Amino acid sequence: MASVSIETARTETDNKRSKPSRLAPNYWPFVVPALIVIGAVIVFPWVFTLWMSVNSWTLGQEQTFAGLDNYIRLATDFRFWESLWHTLIFTVLAVVAPLFLGTLAALIFDAQFPLRGFLRGVFVMPMMATPVAIALVWTMMFHPQLGVLNYLLSLVGIGPQEWIYNRYSVIPSLVLVETWQWTPLIMLIVLGGLASLPREPYESAEIDGANAWQKFRYLTLPMIAPFLMIGVIIRAIDAIKSFDIIYAMTQGGPGTASETINIYLYNTAFSYYDIGYGSAMAVVFFVIIVALSLVLMMVRARTNWSDMETR
Amino acid sequence: MERPLTKRPLIRRKTLDRIGLLFAALVMVSPVVLFFLWMISLSLKYEIDNGAYPPILIPENFAWSNYVQVFRENNFFLYFWNSVLVTGAATLLALIIGVPAGYGIARLKAEKAAIVIMIARMTPGLSFLIPLFLLFQWLNLLGTLWPQIIIHLVVTVPIVVWIMIGYFETTPMELEEAASIDGATPWQVFRLVALPIAKPGIVVAFILALIFSWNNFVFGIVLASRTTRTLPVAVYNMLSFEQVSWGPLAAAALIVTLPVLVLTLFAQKQIVAGLTAGAVKGG
Repeated sequence: MASVSIETARTETDNKRSKPSRLAPNYWPFVVPALIVIGAVIVFPWVFTLWMSVNSWTLGQEQTFAGLDNYIRLATDFRFWESLWHTLIFTVLAVVAPLFLGTLAALIFDAQFPLRGFLRGVFVMPMMATPVAIALVWTMMFHPQLGVLNYLLSLVGIGPQEWIYNRYSVIPSLVLVETWQWTPLIMLIVLGGLASLPREPYESAEIDGANAWQKFRYLTLPMIAPFLMIGVIIRAIDAIKSFDIIYAMTQGGPGTASETINIYLYNTAFSYYDIGYGSAMAVVFFVIIVALSLVLMMVRARTNWSDMETR
Repeated sequence: MERPLTKRPLIRRKTLDRIGLLFAALVMVSPVVLFFLWMISLSLKYEIDNGAYPPILIPENFAWSNYVQVFRENNFFLYFWNSVLVTGAATLLALIIGVPAGYGIARLKAEKAAIVIMIARMTPGLSFLIPLFLLFQWLNLLGTLWPQIIIHLVVTVPIVVWIMIGYFETTPMELEEAASIDGATPWQVFRLVALPIAKPGIVVAFILALIFSWNNFVFGIVLASRTTRTLPVAVYNMLSFEQVSWGPLAAAALIVTLPVLVLTLFAQKQIVAGLTAGAVKGG
């Protein structure tokens, strides 16, 4: 539990440094219980996973030190690279589609119209609904013979699809569910951005005779760009980790066509009980997520910058 | 139009705009409404109606028996109670340790603690699961509800701490300073001055922690045994093993998610506030 005491010590010195006043109350006892719990359920697993990843261990067998063997195995594991590719496609689609639709929804819900509050409440519901329950109903809707979606398609003259039962359409179908569920989050973030916009530029644009599209393209879009980037960051982190919907609907199938890193990781650790290899995968996955977040945050810093320049 | 707009046409145009916007909003919301209507419809139809082509939205006979069947044949009372215990305990524990922590971090301006919380949000749940699963096995806790209560803290504690940091940063310091000049201890200042003001923030943290813990699935599939399943795991198990008949399955899905949906509609303001605050700060 070394990391905990380091944290505690650090907050103690911070306290002394930032509050030289004789009245400065001692705040660190408030934080200690949480630090202990976070140390036990969050920091300990990080350290332990790192340790397990340099061991070779399948549950029920001998545990041996393996050095970097697990990582080398990972680098040459075709199934891992394939799952990385699936994760990439899934994540890109599951960021872009909600971003587009969520921004559109935010522009609508930013205006005044009857029933606005109630409809916004309804629109937010998918995000709060239990993913497994949702996935189950979507599975029924995707059913090639009895599903309601193929019936709806037939009404507009489109032939039946195989949805999650076909290796080429399975990822887009899962993205459809993910988009349905998470578009509201982008809507809320962008709505927050729209609420903070100043009125004056729009007034002068109106006097200059700008149309709605021009106002959106040259005023709204640049000003809400930082919020869009926050939306992209949060959505990307959530989409890359997506588990419940994929696991409940396809378990990575058909075959391995929708197996993302998270699903492969689950199978390795809890179907094959290959703890060491699973841990190495978890470490690499974690590094990928942090790297992605850092890149996106750097992009975000630059969006803020160019935003300042145009102003 | 030759003359500049007089007042009346302007009002008429505004009304038209509003109707147009309402229509656009209805189109946006329709996938949500249709989905949940279809979910209800599936749960209230007999097998023969669920297999009908073209599909039937409102059946002639409602199959209320689907709901009875879920509770009678699948131990759903037990799983419901398990969910209440796990989510309730994990949320309460998170409030007890997370609210003071949020206060302390906000007053200390300890940004490093906030970064730990943020990285915790990025970490995939599975990488907590492998080590904690082994730990629970060594401690011989598997088969009880404790492993799930403890691991749900991974979900609830960061939510509570994060929202409370944001909330306490915005509450005024003057009253607290006055109280400590009057000789109140930090704990008294927190309990008697800061805590009452922070009630709305606590409500937001409580609701969000509750929802995300209730919905959690991945921890349960690994840690739950036959008698310690929570509802999301129970409904998934129905899908994979026990039956393929759609009516009871949809009924079970609705039972699992209904408490959360009702809460969402009633506490809409708090949820929207919490998510935008959390999200905007999460970047």
